[in-house]
Amino acid sequence: MDALMSFGQGIFGGAWPAVWTLLKIVLIVAPLMLSVAYLTWAERKVIGYMQVRIGPNRVGPWGLIQPIADGLKLLLKEIIVPGKANKAIFVIAPMLAIAPALAAWAVVPFTDTLVLANIDASLLYIMAITSMGVYGVILSGWASNSKYAFLGAMRSAAQMVSYEISMGFSLICILMVSNSLNLVDIVNVQNQGRFADMGLNFLSWNWLPLLPMFIVYLISGTAELNRAPFDVAEGESEIVAGFHVEYSGMAFAVFFLAEYANMILVAALTSLMFLGGWASPVGFLPDGIVWLLAKMSFILLLFLWFRATFPRYRYDQLMRLGWKVFLPICLIWLVVVGVWMMSPLNIWK
Amino acid sequence: MDIQTAVFYFLSAILIFASLRVITARNPIHAALHLILAFFTCGGIWALLQAEFLAIALILVYVGAVMVLFLFVVMMLDINIDKIRQGFWNYLPLGALVGMLMVMEMGLVLGSKYFQVAAADAMVPAGVSNTKEIGALMFSEYVYPFELASIVLLVGMIAAIVLTYRGPKKSKYTNPNQQVFVKAKDRMRVLQMPVEKD
Repeated sequence: MDALMSFGQGIFGGAWPAVWTLLKIVLIVAPLMLSVAYLTWAERKVIGYMQVRIGPNRVGPWGLIQPIADGLKLLLKEIIVPGKANKAIFVIAPMLAIAPALAAWAVVPFTDTLVLANIDASLLYIMAITSMGVYGVILSGWASNSKYAFLGAMRSAAQMVSYEISMGFSLICILMVSNSLNLVDIVNVQNQGRFADMGLNFLSWNWLPLLPMFIVYLISGTAELNRAPFDVAEGESEIVAGFHVEYSGMAFAVFFLAEYANMILVAALTSLMFLGGWASPVGFLPDGIVWLLAKMSFILLLFLWFRATFPRYRYDQLMRLGWKVFLPICLIWLVVVGVWMMSPLNIWK
Repeated sequence: MDIQTAVFYFLSAILIFASLRVITARNPIHAALHLILAFFTCGGIWALLQAEFLAIALILVYVGAVMVLFLFVVMMLDINIDKIRQGFWNYLPLGALVGMLMVMEMGLVLGSKYFQVAAADAMVPAGVSNTKEIGALMFSEYVYPFELASIVLLVGMIAAIVLTYRGPKKSKYTNPNQQVFVKAKDRMRVLQMPVEKD
């Protein structure tokens, strides 16, 4: 590591810290994009098996080169801009969708030292950055100058704003019990307590004492991602493909990449905040990034499973779930956690 | 010029440009988007001042929530620009007067000695969490103004509902509670009957 540092210093001189940071960003984004590609493959394969099909199996062994072929196909296709579309916003919208999905990764820790920017308020930063993801959807819907796209955009805007509230409340519970906004601290705090001392780490993670919030966060996260069963924004049967109906080629692919990058992000956040991050579930096994990846894969599998299992929510049912079910649960559990922390039974000291 | 000053001028240039475009853009959507850009850049400047909580709160609240709903409304309105531009010169003197007043007030506030902080005091040592400090201050020293502000917001929310609620609608509606508890046997009856032969 030191040799690498001095080598870089020798070549780039004073600009080395900037180059080093850029290198680290590439080291995060490149595997992320690769996982996005293979998540689409996994989705088709998993849903295929759940529906007693084989899924992609022609391009490469087990269809493993399928996502690369799909990417190449989208890259070579023409981008058609509708005649009366607002060209500038039409082009900017996919960028606005993917930028927050990538920017949020800046503060996501992979182990307690492996993090690009270990800032104090990393949880707040993630909330702020991910709340901007909705602009890509709204603007693409408006700029396309198409009925279906606009309807999809409006549905999506209302849905994302509604579910962000319950998501925010579950995060408030997390930061109350961890007494920190820093994701590294949040993970470290989870590995302390009675069960962790007994070597049963997985019982001391936040998912157990905050079980209602875990469920609310997971479901709100699915809704925030516009994934099935909350994918009314792109309900094929009603509004063709929703907000990205007018997009083709790489512009469409960017929306696709953003959706899957966001899925991986929500999986990472859920693992970090509720499932103990990189900590191993039992005391005698060493901690490591492997555990984080395993937990993320499990959450991602849940997302795919949801899609294969549940029928799409009707729009009014979706709003009812957000405002009349999740919001009261969050408000009550917030008070419960507050009282619990002030009582002698407090387990988060 | 050190890097912080360079970043400050860069962000300020974007901020001034975006703010100007908010009032000069002909398309209301473009104006709203430039307002979002202005908020975002302003958040950057605050972060540069080491006020990371305020910077993130600005982006979270204004960019992430308020402007989404604002954009939502603007998109659905059919705004005729030419009609709005009419009478620009009639309103100009009054507008200029209000503008001058605001500039004067800002000058008075920023120029007074109560708002001057020595550059040495403004530097935050590493390891001090801005968010924690604001929270501690807000819930100890300023707890009554804080509670008062939340009550004012609550009153605003209730007032908005009272003003817009026009009584129960006459239209048909579904009761989700009943829908959720429906069982298959409430809707369908399977009959046992002998085969009919003709």
